Amino acid sequence: MLENLRPAWIVTRRELKDQFRDWRIIIPLVLLALVFPGLVDFAAGQLVDFIKGYGANIFADRLIPFMLMVVGFFPVSISLAIALESFVGEKERGSIEPLLTSPLTDVQIYVGKLAAALAPPLLASTLAVIVYLVGINFQLDWRPPGILLVQILLLTLVQGIVMVSGAVIISSQTTSVKAANLLAAFVIIPMAFLIQGEAVVMFWARYSVLWWIIAGQVVIAALLIRSGISYFNREELLGRELDSLNFRWGWRVFVEAFSGGEKTPLAWYRRVVAPAVQRMRAPILAMCLALAMGIWAGAGEASEFALPTEVLNLNNLDQGFINGLDAIRFFSVSGVGTVWIHNLRAILLATLAGFFSFGVLGVLVLMMPLMLVGYFMANTAAAGLSPLVFLGALVAPHGLFEIPAIVLAGAAIMHLGGTLLAPSHGRSIGEAWLRSFADWAKIVVGLVVPLLLAAAFVEVLLTPRVAVWLLGG
Amino acid sequence: MIVAENLSKRFGDFLAVDRIDFQVSAGEVLALLGPNGAGKTTTIRMLTAILRPTTGKARLAGYDVVEQADQVRASVGVLNEQHGLYGRMSAHEYLDFFGQIYRLDIERRQQRIRGLLESFGLYEHRHRRIGQFSKGMRQKLALARTLLHEPPVLILDEPTSAMDPESASLVRRSIRSLRSAERSIIICTHNLAEAEDLADQIAIVRGGRIIAKGTPSELKLALLGPAEFEITLDEELQEPLPALPKGARLTSYSPHWLRYQTADPARINSVVIQALLAQGLRVITLREVPRSLEQVYFQAVSSQHELEM
Repeated sequence: MLENLRPAWIVTRRELKDQFRDWRIIIPLVLLALVFPGLVDFAAGQLVDFIKGYGANIFADRLIPFMLMVVGFFPVSISLAIALESFVGEKERGSIEPLLTSPLTDVQIYVGKLAAALAPPLLASTLAVIVYLVGINFQLDWRPPGILLVQILLLTLVQGIVMVSGAVIISSQTTSVKAANLLAAFVIIPMAFLIQGEAVVMFWARYSVLWWIIAGQVVIAALLIRSGISYFNREELLGRELDSLNFRWGWRVFVEAFSGGEKTPLAWYRRVVAPAVQRMRAPILAMCLALAMGIWAGAGEASEFALPTEVLNLNNLDQGFINGLDAIRFFSVSGVGTVWIHNLRAILLATLAGFFSFGVLGVLVLMMPLMLVGYFMANTAAAGLSPLVFLGALVAPHGLFEIPAIVLAGAAIMHLGGTLLAPSHGRSIGEAWLRSFADWAKIVVGLVVPLLLAAAFVEVLLTPRVAVWLLGG
Repeated sequence: MIVAENLSKRFGDFLAVDRIDFQVSAGEVLALLGPNGAGKTTTIRMLTAILRPTTGKARLAGYDVVEQADQVRASVGVLNEQHGLYGRMSAHEYLDFFGQIYRLDIERRQQRIRGLLESFGLYEHRHRRIGQFSKGMRQKLALARTLLHEPPVLILDEPTSAMDPESASLVRRSIRSLRSAERSIIICTHNLAEAEDLADQIAIVRGGRIIAKGTPSELKLALLGPAEFEITLDEELQEPLPALPKGARLTSYSPHWLRYQTADPARINSVVIQALLAQGLRVITLREVPRSLEQVYFQAVSSQHELEM
């Protein structure tokens, strides 16, 4: 094992030496490690005084740990630029080829470069955290709880690994730093979402959630590294013509994959859509679990945000209650078309969100209706009523069509988002993604759209009647 | 030794290399010639175990390029078209890095680095950053890296490009001495004079296929016909022209000279001179008309047929 890692260490050492001679890397790192935390210390001191002046002490108390996270993250964000430079930059300059003709294995080159791209930003990040903590301790006499410090350092480490391993995949699909920088949006945008989420957690002060974020990122990092190792091989690096957008080819691949060459709708359903559903067995199962978790999470919130019992007087169902559910988009009393378009729009938005987040945000969007179901069921139970009656009266009729549609759409989004994480042997990521997108289109056009149309009909025409009939209003 | 048998490489719908065959023995130099995009680089990448052949087989130094890729890479020195140097490293650091990768022990490494830097005239510049090197110096350093681990097989893509005449001559001398040291060498070059000077065999590649292969003289004979000779005369030729003996074919003439081709110059040349003398014409000189590899190359590239000697 160690003997295998020795050549990787030779690569790492060379890269580190190279980085420490590059002022474009060193100056930002030094500024972010030594100067930026000092500025943040000063700003934190000023802000805390200002906020406390208005009595918002809780906000001030949570600002300091939040700043700790920011100070740790900024230097590590440079690892993305270093990784792109190290992987695709070498390819662009042709300096990767002598390495590829050497006896180094693909994994040794990959690991060597990965370590080199991570080490200086992590070092700078740790230094920045220390500078910040020393400053804030001196200024406000604040010391972080040990666990929080460990969480922040772990968070910084896994974020660095996710960015670098994502950058490797991007690098394997381009031949120029310029193109790689454009594609880096696929790493930067999800990371920006994540940082915003982490910011919410820090101000919310539910630090235990950070463990989940760390665990989630460890999984993503592992998947990205697995794909990175698969893509970072000699054949992929030098055997493909990249960076040229070929719309005609892209359209042809998509149409072929979408239609499967079938001429009749029946044959298309049987030989194209059915196999696509088969391929999505694992995402479908995962989506079912995600929805079950959504119900559970929604139910969990009911104890904290309980509805007044008079609102839940299901035996006296009136128009006000129905309108209330309509207002929160639980179900709609408007026209079939409106409901259908609204649901389709939600699916498209979830797809768009999933597109930039390996499918995660898309799944979260689709979990929301089920979270509401769980929330109302738990509230119904808390009010002493049967949650099954609520389920049967207000969810089941149209849910019979809508929930399978959500499961299928979520699975297709997961499958599409996961394309970037899974190695696509023998195909470029572009082709693999186009085929996944065609699978998504098959599922949505062939199943989700008709199911949502049926759901809209039932929701508008049947569900209110069933509700009134069952609840006896 | 390098052996390629029926080697092909397909990228999607594009066939980059189409059933290439050749063999380069120890102490032999093969020049791969061809226009850009002919498939030379892809062939080299297959031979150096970077790309897997779609079909066919290749062996380098006795190792299979697919099954024994690691051994192949350890046995070959490759000078790439792009030098692939690290501008922020010194020449010594650069060679030391590759010496470690090729697992040379420190003593051997330092000895080889010093020897190569000295032989390429770079020793005084060993601590300078490569970024400050001229193009020629970079090319020499890249060549030094190629030779560092003393590989039995060398593949050199444009070995003298960007070099001044003195450096280019130095590199050519190095290649000759490497050939004498029983190494198998492939050179890819657009410098046809250099190919003719260094290569024992020439292979001309077009559209992924070898369209002509053989020694320079075999290719000249096959593509340009038999050797051509020129006789200059002391007086003007008069019509009708003197009849040439059987075995000599008149190709061109002017009032003071005539050219002919013959496949048997040892016999025919004296017969031609005797014939001219018999007709009262006085001969000043007889010389073979030089024919360059460039003529062979253009003839081969424009030809619709494939030739193999």
